[in-house]
Amino acid sequence: MASVGSIADSAAGPGDPGPAVAMRPSPFGWLAGLRLGDMIAVLPFVVFAVLFLVLPLGYLFVQAFQTQDGAFTFANIGGLFSPKILDAFWLSIRISAASGGLGALIGLMMALAIIRGGLPSWIGNAVMTFSGVASNFAGIPLAFAFLATLGRLGLITVLLKALGVNIYVRGGWDLLSFWGLTLTYMYFQIPLMILIIAPAIHGMKKEWNEAAATLGATNGQFWRYVGIPVLWPNLLGTLSLLFANAFGAIATAYALSNTAFNIVPILLFAQIRGDVLGDRGLGAALAVGMIVICALANVIYLVVRTRAERWLK
Amino acid sequence: MKRNKAWAWIVFAIGASYFLLPLIATIKFSLEIRKAGWTLDAYTNVFADERFQQTFSYSLFIGFCTVLVGLFIVVPAAYYVRLRAPQLRPIIEFVTLLPLIVPAIVLVFGYIRLYNSSSWLPLTNSNLGTATLLTFAYVALGLPYMYRAVDTGLRTIDVQTLTEAATIMGANQLQVITQVIFPNIIVAVLSGAFLTLAIVIGEFTMASLLNQQVFGVYMQNVGANRAYEPAALSIISFVLTWGAMGMIAFLGRFAPKTAPRT
Repeated sequence: MASVGSIADSAAGPGDPGPAVAMRPSPFGWLAGLRLGDMIAVLPFVVFAVLFLVLPLGYLFVQAFQTQDGAFTFANIGGLFSPKILDAFWLSIRISAASGGLGALIGLMMALAIIRGGLPSWIGNAVMTFSGVASNFAGIPLAFAFLATLGRLGLITVLLKALGVNIYVRGGWDLLSFWGLTLTYMYFQIPLMILIIAPAIHGMKKEWNEAAATLGATNGQFWRYVGIPVLWPNLLGTLSLLFANAFGAIATAYALSNTAFNIVPILLFAQIRGDVLGDRGLGAALAVGMIVICALANVIYLVVRTRAERWLK
Repeated sequence: MKRNKAWAWIVFAIGASYFLLPLIATIKFSLEIRKAGWTLDAYTNVFADERFQQTFSYSLFIGFCTVLVGLFIVVPAAYYVRLRAPQLRPIIEFVTLLPLIVPAIVLVFGYIRLYNSSSWLPLTNSNLGTATLLTFAYVALGLPYMYRAVDTGLRTIDVQTLTEAATIMGANQLQVITQVIFPNIIVAVLSGAFLTLAIVIGEFTMASLLNQQVFGVYMQNVGANRAYEPAALSIISFVLTWGAMGMIAFLGRFAPKTAPRT
């Protein structure tokens, strides 16, 4: 898995808890043996983390609760509850949930198909390799690809038109719509799901099937009482990861439609570019709102993921 | 068993068509720039475009800087945590995961607020300063992958014994890291490097907001102004991503298969 370099690795952390857990005299024991060389070794990391992660985010948090003059206020957070911003959050949440949910479902089915469906192994390898590429194929080029496929002059649009079906009718298909963006996002969501869930499916032992079958369970009962419950924490966790993944994405939507989509990252983009909200504090509050939603989704992922690993080791 | 196989084939077929159709459509579109028939002119146009050459080489340069800076930050810290302070692991891991939790656009927003021209460290005042800021922004983007790759590499070698052996032979800590540990995890490091490059090369959001003329911004410009060249760029990006992933898979064959005593 590490060779594919998926997010699964970076987030999973199945790593050994380290010998320290067993014999830890005091939480600050490491300080006693601290040497100059050790401090120099971690210094670049600490400086970087402070300057480019902690301080910038902390600064946004502070500004989200400040008036223009620097006094403490809740007005910026309150300002998030205006119709336009609420609409943006709602559309973002819907697109993230839809592309994450459908991506997870289809990704799960594809992973099951290649691992337990008895397909030739070269197909499985091809799908895993392709997933590694497609999960990183996002942003601007992805938008171009879908414009060439389902845009007004896209291949499928033109083909269907030749068959007498015009999908670009009023109330019909539109790439620059909720479903258009959702379908586009699924191009990196499904592969990500396959990459993350495949190890979990591999971890389901053959013996479980045999044990269930010996006890007289049908295939359906196996999945109902064994398969799905075992995979469930993984599914739930990956779902929240996919959600956050789509929630912060902007380049694809921007390349498809410039600022036409009223989703939160595009609103924030316009705010950074030209202060469209006309309020510095409100801009910071918008960013904090994004952090809170993404953090919530990721916390669910990390908590659930840790629990899931107990099962599959 | 027969029925079992049928559903798997159906799922695979649906998935394959969803993933292959956009690629086919994009390739076809990129060849249609002349009415007369299929040509590679869209690709020739792109490669001949001076702005393509400038932005792409600039992105490559920033990408290499990102990898170098990232290694300088990650390798010593990961080594130290693994060898001497495993208690710090959860904290370090949380920090390295932050860029996955916080969207890139929020991070860059923080940088712009913190390092703008009227701030205590006005990085955005000069082009060099902004380029530096973009590099560090990319280091942050790649941090989760870089740390994971290096840490995985460290897990497959016996850090403790190597360090002790090198120290007994008179190596100082810098020599241990650069001449003993680093060469042993080079394969893992390169995997992290290629993944970082794949992410950074076409990045748009951060570069655009920092007004840096990189490949991603160029692609967006072309997309807004041309019809067929964007399709060619899309295919070029796909091939580049494939190349980076292929390198990682290729390098994986050379990874040491022996784990340390546990």
